Amino acid sequence: MAVPVYKKYVNMIVRCYPDGRILPLAVYWDTGKLYEIDRVLDIRPAASLKAGGAGIRYTCRIQGRETYIWLEENRWFVEAKGYPEDQDAG
Amino acid sequence: MDRVILHSDCNCFYASVECLYHPEIRNKPVAVGGEPKHRHGIILTKNQIAKQYGVKTGEPIWKAIQKCPSLVIVQPNYSLYQRFSQLTRKIYLDYTDHVEPFGIDEAWLDVTGSARLCGGGKEIAQEINRRIKSELGITVSVGVSWNKIFAKFGSDYKKPDAVTVIARDNFKDIVWPQPAEDLLYVGPATKRKLNGIGIHTVGELAEMPQGYLHSRFGKWGDVLHDFANGLDFSPVEKYDSVRAVKSIGNSTTTIRDLKTNEDVKMVLFVLAESVGRRMREQGFKGRGLSVSVRDNQLCTVTKQCKFEEFTSISLEIADKAFWLFKQFYNWYHPIRSIGISVSDFAHDNVPTQIDLYHNEQQKMRMERLDNTLDVLKRRFGNFCVQRASLLEEPSLTRFNPKDENTIHPVGYF
Repeated sequence: MAVPVYKKYVNMIVRCYPDGRILPLAVYWDTGKLYEIDRVLDIRPAASLKAGGAGIRYTCRIQGRETYIWLEENRWFVEAKGYPEDQDAG
Repeated sequence: MDRVILHSDCNCFYASVECLYHPEIRNKPVAVGGEPKHRHGIILTKNQIAKQYGVKTGEPIWKAIQKCPSLVIVQPNYSLYQRFSQLTRKIYLDYTDHVEPFGIDEAWLDVTGSARLCGGGKEIAQEINRRIKSELGITVSVGVSWNKIFAKFGSDYKKPDAVTVIARDNFKDIVWPQPAEDLLYVGPATKRKLNGIGIHTVGELAEMPQGYLHSRFGKWGDVLHDFANGLDFSPVEKYDSVRAVKSIGNSTTTIRDLKTNEDVKMVLFVLAESVGRRMREQGFKGRGLSVSVRDNQLCTVTKQCKFEEFTSISLEIADKAFWLFKQFYNWYHPIRSIGISVSDFAHDNVPTQIDLYHNEQQKMRMERLDNTLDVLKRRFGNFCVQRASLLEEPSLTRFNPKDENTIHPVGYF
């Protein structure tokens, strides 16, 4: 059975360039762990049908795995696995 | 050379956005509806699944639930829809600067200039359709034609998520067999009249001699004849985010039915103040006034009149609106909702002809008073100063049309 996915807003560390570009550097997960982004592979506007939202989608490589992080207006979210109340999910 | 015009229409716009944001209801019948407690209990949009149950836009929520007991009703979130509307327009603007919005979820695009660059109107339409799906997660229907009317026809022709090309070689097969009321600006009243003279399809309308239509419908006859034949030459206006405002209006469905002139007067005051304030904010004065009334049998009447001079004074708008209302309304039924709208604008710095027989000083004082009230309301909130007459029944008048409602229907002309 498919693992349920929900929209999880996350703590982010980002770099804002003088020309207006924004680049995510790390995700601060609520378990207290900091996941550094090795590389941003792609940036494009996209919708997230699984989490329910639309914004700018950053395709990031974190610890060798590709994952999506969205910037929706001024909040960042990811497609997290599990249920919203399940804090350790992801 | 023919123009290449696109008309893009977001399918079930409000419901699609809500379904995007609530994946858990995506496979259920969903409708976006007003607040039944405040009697705004009608269906604003429904998704495709709800459509199959026969749920209709504009019908009361209780009626929709009778048809479809599992219907999920979502409260509208206008700021979210505005954001999505802006995002769709941003995509359109990648192809042309001639983008003319028609309401919040539709727009015409004139892509004549970029059609060759991008491979043609159909290709652009397909790309827009694909991009909106992947970037925004909602679907659009796009019509492609050489004029705005048939482009709109095309976007209505096949829904959802489709591209329809109506060209000179196929429009007689696609458009003409359709019922006449599918044409823009053929409403129930025109449909009745057309049927009365034996016109049921667009083709029959198109083949009717123009002179005959003119004799029956006046200048609208000419318009209908041109629309049906694809002889619409109106340009797609250039997009600028501050569009030329043609009218400013507000309306409300009151928390209880209005039964007396006094009730109406109170509500008209609230609406006139909101309209006046919005006009002053944008630096307009208007000369045309229209009042629309919907009684509790859901029958709507709209009447218009003119001011003698351009004005933006709330009191003048309210007085004139009340006068107009008393002229036409005969109180057969209590009133469910009422609205006023001011049009025919001039900028508020245009020179005006002073009238010898009117007290101009009084007018200037009123303007100053309105400006002072505007400042007070801006700083301390909408309810910080109110007319004493409104306090007779605060529950009826305590609404703020200026800030609570920002979406208004539009007309083609």
